[in-house]
Amino acid sequence: MLDYFTSLDPMAFVNALPGNICQGIIWGVMALGVYITFKLLNFADLTVDGSFATGGAVTAMMLISGQPIWLAMIAAFVAGLAAGLVTGLLHTLLGIPDILAGILTQIALYSINLNIMGKANQTISVDNYVVALSLRNVWLSIVVALAFVAVIIALLYWYFGTEQGSAIRATGNNPAMAPAQGININKYKVIALALSNGLVALSGSLLSQYQGFADVNMGRGAIVIGLAAVIIGQVIGEAIFRKRFNFVMRLSFVAFGGILYYIVVGLVLWLKLPADDMKLFTAIIVAVFLAMPYLSNKRKNSFKKVAAQNKKLSTAEGAQDG
Amino acid sequence: MAELKKENEQEHSSASGEKLYLKGITKTFNSGTVNEKVALDDLSLRLNDGDFCTVIGGNGAGKSTMLNAISGVWPVDKGAIIIDGEDISRLPEYKRSHFLGRVFQDPRMGTAPDMEIIENLAIAARRGYHRTFRWGVKSSEKKLYREMLAEFDLGLEDRLTTKVGLLSGGQRQAITLLMATLQKPKLLLLDEHTAALDPKTAAKVLELSDKIISEHKLTAIMVTHNMHDAIRHGNKLIMMNKGKVIFEISGEEKRKLHKADLLEKFSKQSGEELANDRMLLSE
Repeated sequence: MLDYFTSLDPMAFVNALPGNICQGIIWGVMALGVYITFKLLNFADLTVDGSFATGGAVTAMMLISGQPIWLAMIAAFVAGLAAGLVTGLLHTLLGIPDILAGILTQIALYSINLNIMGKANQTISVDNYVVALSLRNVWLSIVVALAFVAVIIALLYWYFGTEQGSAIRATGNNPAMAPAQGININKYKVIALALSNGLVALSGSLLSQYQGFADVNMGRGAIVIGLAAVIIGQVIGEAIFRKRFNFVMRLSFVAFGGILYYIVVGLVLWLKLPADDMKLFTAIIVAVFLAMPYLSNKRKNSFKKVAAQNKKLSTAEGAQDG
Repeated sequence: MAELKKENEQEHSSASGEKLYLKGITKTFNSGTVNEKVALDDLSLRLNDGDFCTVIGGNGAGKSTMLNAISGVWPVDKGAIIIDGEDISRLPEYKRSHFLGRVFQDPRMGTAPDMEIIENLAIAARRGYHRTFRWGVKSSEKKLYREMLAEFDLGLEDRLTTKVGLLSGGQRQAITLLMATLQKPKLLLLDEHTAALDPKTAAKVLELSDKIISEHKLTAIMVTHNMHDAIRHGNKLIMMNKGKVIFEISGEEKRKLHKADLLEKFSKQSGEELANDRMLLSE
């Protein structure tokens, strides 16, 4: 046991921190996409596992075919839009339930991603291509990733404040009220899904550049990481700011949740817990944070608490009477 | 083809001043199964401009179904729904809502709970318009809504940025009512909109409804379980049973109507008692 603790080097954790933070910011972009569907549209979209890898695959192939990085990233975003569009049409035109529509697109994207890359993995070394960020220069990558997150948060804040964005929020918030106010809920569901997956693919693009390769499996479990970031961010933000937790802060805390998640991942790896169990840890973390608002609410309004209070009151009265 | 269309339009608009014409609408649920139910049976109804029509009838008489048919929650099997001379029976729900204001029985149905009062109102104010990339709430709207809410006398004018989910049922119904009429609707549909409220709040919301309808000279249909309200409000009353209008009264005659008359009418017309505790007990 002592051997285990002495074998842990605090500096190793600190040294790995910038890399973890950078990955966290990149996944924060993905989590912003998940936030749109999961929180605003109230739609559990599982397309993201596929569209994240699509973003990486498109970026890699565009670079390999000699296109500039900005064009590669736009292409990745557009490919994500298309993926979200497909899920949206499966759901609205064909009446397939939300989770199933997402899964279908996700499975289809696995084949599509293999077709895009021609094989399961494509390397895009920073030595051969000009990329926006790379783990070769972590600090610069953090700055670039933060700039992306800031611009995206600003754009989302603007968009969801417009008439169209309000219509999306109303669609997600009350699907009975929206059509009564002339809102075509199918149209806005498709728009939101496309936008969400566009951001997810952009995040996949950033990650493939950062790690220097795109892999057909890079999006596996992405939805859980995205949810983890969204939920961790919201729970912490609400705890700190309570009523003052406004929309810009909410978006910022989604990205912050991504960073926090990857710091925890770094911690788990540093503790030399088996990396194979990473997905298990992730699932447990998400379950805990998902349960937190429910449990704290339950504790506030529990019958037991009322019973205990009443008992206390009656004994106090009894003491007075006596 | 174009001529034919024109002729149709002329036919519809020939009766000028006619706001709503339900032309023999029929709706059967679960058709072809053991649960088959004819909810609307060749139902016809005409409302003139400015008519305020109350609707009563037993459970399952088709009152709310009629409003859902007009709103386009689902398409009708047969017949036409004509508003202001225009047949809207083929339009989807969100397009029909350009002409319609709706308040539902469940106070949670009409508003987006996680959005602010002002955001809900702004969404309703844009009903029938293309949703653009302009800001969702204009600063000039704030003053307007504040004034409108102040007239309601519910203390809502200072809570414009409160989330609607934090309001009481009565307050939500008042806001839904305002949302339904911000864009003057060709037809206002009130579907037992006071049934879920306590008597005092219900009276208040009804009073507001009356005020808004008369101020804006709206054409309205109000479904109610309360016979007293049905008699006291509006200039026209219809009684429904088994998806049909079985009795219709308006104007001076309606004013002289009593609860006992209605009960008697019902048993005479439908051959059964209007056995509904909710209707008999409500005052």
